[in-house]
Amino acid sequence: MDKSPILTVVQPAAVDRLRAGPQGKRPRPAISGRNVMLYGALGLAALYYLLPLYVMVVTSLKGMPEIRLGNIFSPPMEITFEPWVKAWAEACTGLNCDGLSRGFWNSVKIMVPSVILSIAIASVNGYALANWRFKGADLFFTILIVGAFIPYQVMIYPLVIVLRELGIYGTLSGLILVHSIFGMPILTLLFRNYFVSLPEELFKAARIDGAGFWQIYFRIMLPMSLPIFVVAMILQVTGIWNDFLFGVVFTRPENYPMTVQLNNIVNSVQGVKEYNVNMAATLLSGAVPLIVYFVSGRLFVRGIAAGAVKG
Amino acid sequence: MTVFSTKPPGTSPSAVTSSTARPKTRARRPNRLFRNLSAKIASIPMVLTAVVIFLGGTVWTVVYSFTNSKLLPRLTFVGFDQYERLWATPRWLVSIQNLATYGILSLIFSLVIGFLLAALMDQKIRFEDTFRTIFLYPFALSFIVTGLVWQWILNPEFGVQSVVRSLGWTSFTFDPLYNEDIVIYGILIAALWQGTGLVMCLMLAGLRGIDEDIWKAARVDGIPMWRTYLFIIIPMMRPVFVTTLVIIASGIVRIYDLVVAQTSGGPGIASDVPAKYVYDYMFFAQNLGQGFAASTMMLLAVAIVIVPWAYLEFGGRKRG
Amino acid sequence: MNIRAVAALLAASVVLPVGSTQATDLEVTHWWTSGGEAAAVAELAKAFDATGNHWVDGAIAGSGGTARPIMISRITGGDPMGATQFNHGRQAEELVNEGLMRDFTELAAKEKWAEKIRPASLLKSCTFEGKIYCVPLNIHSWQWLWLSNDAYKKAGVPVPKNWDEYVAAAPALEKVGILPMAMGGQPWQANNAFSVLVITVGGKDIYQKVYGDKDEKAAAGPEMAKVFKAADDARRMSKGTNVQDWNQATNLVITGKAGGQIMGDWAQGEFQLAGKKAGVDYTCLPGLGVTDVLTTGGDAIYFPVLKDKEKSKAQEALASTLLDPKTQVAFNLKKGSLPVRGDVDLQAANDCMRKGLDILAKGNVMTSTDQLISQDTQKQMEDLMSQFFASSSMTVETAQKRFAGIIASAD
Repeated sequence: MDKSPILTVVQPAAVDRLRAGPQGKRPRPAISGRNVMLYGALGLAALYYLLPLYVMVVTSLKGMPEIRLGNIFSPPMEITFEPWVKAWAEACTGLNCDGLSRGFWNSVKIMVPSVILSIAIASVNGYALANWRFKGADLFFTILIVGAFIPYQVMIYPLVIVLRELGIYGTLSGLILVHSIFGMPILTLLFRNYFVSLPEELFKAARIDGAGFWQIYFRIMLPMSLPIFVVAMILQVTGIWNDFLFGVVFTRPENYPMTVQLNNIVNSVQGVKEYNVNMAATLLSGAVPLIVYFVSGRLFVRGIAAGAVKG
Repeated sequence: MTVFSTKPPGTSPSAVTSSTARPKTRARRPNRLFRNLSAKIASIPMVLTAVVIFLGGTVWTVVYSFTNSKLLPRLTFVGFDQYERLWATPRWLVSIQNLATYGILSLIFSLVIGFLLAALMDQKIRFEDTFRTIFLYPFALSFIVTGLVWQWILNPEFGVQSVVRSLGWTSFTFDPLYNEDIVIYGILIAALWQGTGLVMCLMLAGLRGIDEDIWKAARVDGIPMWRTYLFIIIPMMRPVFVTTLVIIASGIVRIYDLVVAQTSGGPGIASDVPAKYVYDYMFFAQNLGQGFAASTMMLLAVAIVIVPWAYLEFGGRKRG
Repeated sequence: MNIRAVAALLAASVVLPVGSTQATDLEVTHWWTSGGEAAAVAELAKAFDATGNHWVDGAIAGSGGTARPIMISRITGGDPMGATQFNHGRQAEELVNEGLMRDFTELAAKEKWAEKIRPASLLKSCTFEGKIYCVPLNIHSWQWLWLSNDAYKKAGVPVPKNWDEYVAAAPALEKVGILPMAMGGQPWQANNAFSVLVITVGGKDIYQKVYGDKDEKAAAGPEMAKVFKAADDARRMSKGTNVQDWNQATNLVITGKAGGQIMGDWAQGEFQLAGKKAGVDYTCLPGLGVTDVLTTGGDAIYFPVLKDKEKSKAQEALASTLLDPKTQVAFNLKKGSLPVRGDVDLQAANDCMRKGLDILAKGNVMTSTDQLISQDTQKQMEDLMSQFFASSSMTVETAQKRFAGIIASAD
């Protein structure tokens, strides 16, 4: 955070406002009609957003007999952690009865390099597009943005062929490459917009001092881009962690991510659907992105403000 | 500033300087190829992705949509046969209709709900962090999870319907996932739950980017709050709306996982969407040609809408 | 639960060094993930591990529609598994043509598969240009009506003995709040139930004409109209099932919440797992009690061409193991399917399996739709039938007209 002085000096006033958060006098805490309306509306909305989480948690703590009784909104009469244990360590897919635990480290192994690589590529791309425009760059960028609209399923076949020709089909690097490719459109858009929004005097001054492409990137741009890196990281962590299709098509079973087990647990029904195990599995597999959101939610909005809104 | 549009007046002082054209790339004429060499080298991944994967994949798909490829791609051309069949298939027509309904409603509701929430959040409220986290957390969950939870809540035997009935209103019926006429709305409810938090964040960021002086001026002039929003603030937020639109629209076109997790396209084919048609015919029916024809139609629709706009936004101007 | 017990046993047997020879790992992909299916796979794994190799389980849940693209991508992407499940029929045709699948003609000749496997059509569907490319594993037939004795007792009517009685008894069930017919929402269920009605209510001839000869006129004719009438009955009776998976629908019958279900013989595995007894707790009617006929579909194991010599050897060991009489019995008892060889002893077979074996022995068999029509045609029919069964507004006439249209362009 030692760069913050620069930020405050050069950033537009709007960002100052962001950093400070809401400003001005706090409204008087009296129960005015306006406040009742305001908090009432927010509370109602919050209820709608929280309801599914509540149902997930409550259901995952019930035993199956209690679930059959019917009311999904009632709190558990008897709390049991059995479904959690089962989802994590015992649920079966075919012959493998080790639940989600099997895929957790695989997911980490896939996610970490994919997130790093895709962000590295996209940030350099965005920087080149924003500050070093060359002929044709816009055309490629336009193609890239259109790429954001292509359904993934359509690209499976061409990708299988490309990876096969490169000789990395079925390997972890192949999957990491695929994640980087599909993360590129939106990330490049965000980075480009962010770098465009930075004051160009900085860039000019550096150029006059004789700094080159990489020097400016590492010395000036990178240190100023924490918010947008946070946004990119959050988007990629969520996207890659939650991916099922690529994980299952482009890797071998020993590298299958957690979502594959989730799908298997949820879809392989043995007799009655074990809703409590399903919900526990759901919460477990969503835990990593959820934690990332809870921890960095504030930075997220700030970063979005800088990357998506400007420009 | 202003990638997306002409700059709204008065957003910030630094905008004035940055919108002047940057002279750097116009300085020297010779050695065009080597000028900006580092930038060009650094852009190789992007260029390769754009050209080889997205453009190449698209061309490949279009070419093979004119063949009768079954399980494996083969170059036996059959002209427009696949397209004739596609447009004669009731399921494709249903899926297009669903996408239109879902797309329009999802766009409107996402923007309206997202903006309203953001406007509420911008009233200098207490517990802003808490509310924001609540609205945003569903975005961290995958569509598979979203579909599962809402399938469960909307299940007539366990969910909302049975709860309301057990409270005494025994004729209450709410089973969108099992009623072919309204199933698409059941999917919409889940999709909005998952996605509006992000829209809210974007809008909130946009609102925070607007100068306090605008509000002061509006207050001095005695313009009511809703009018200020509608006629002053929203027009100033055009760039935010455009970014949001790109994100929402690309999500709409690609919708697949949610439908599969929530309804598997059912009941019958009532909640089918184009991406699912493509997937089913490519891999389930083992008729690649048909799947490619359907995806070509999707790409064509996207291209018609996006390309002219994207080129205007990103290509038409001097600097971004 | 016995699957877990078996799996635990399996795990234990892997951990304890069985022999000093290092086991060759062979990955087998499949979509057998329901309770009965998983128990059956455990038998295969046990038998294979006993040969000194090691079964690496590659189960992918969510039925063939999810699993097949993954399998095909891996084979064409140059990273094939050791062996993989496909249904009997035409699903792997092109992979074989591309030379991606392994030729087992030699082993088949050595072990005399042709003499042992019955009906002969099974091996024929593994044969392309005179060479054998897969191992038939089991026979599944579709033409079964599963009935809950409890449900009919509760309604106070005798358990139906054929389709007509079943339809006639529906109102009595509805009166006591029991769903007459369970039908899951997955498209293949509606489609296959329909093809069952074609062969039973319509008869063998019309089945052959429509699916075998792709006779458009027959498909639009009066005999098929009768079948569509029956399908309309089924649609009415199954309204309000509200479940997706086939085994959830079967579970409604097991628990007496539904009167019956048209489902393949694999439903048997679920009844067994729930501890229900054929003839006492539930009744099965092959050919819906109308026509004594079964179609012989089922699963086959295909072996992609591998470079690794050790693994290729393990493939051969697996192929032999699959056809071993002991494996055939153990697997098929758990799965509820019929063995592919006639010379095995099925002492343990229950009531329903015996009925099936009888029909098989009498030769009252027809080729399954998987072998007769392409996946493409199949999918179009699924779309139509799932729409028909879910819709309350589509008329029988419209459905038949569209069905005939699909047959006209079928391949």
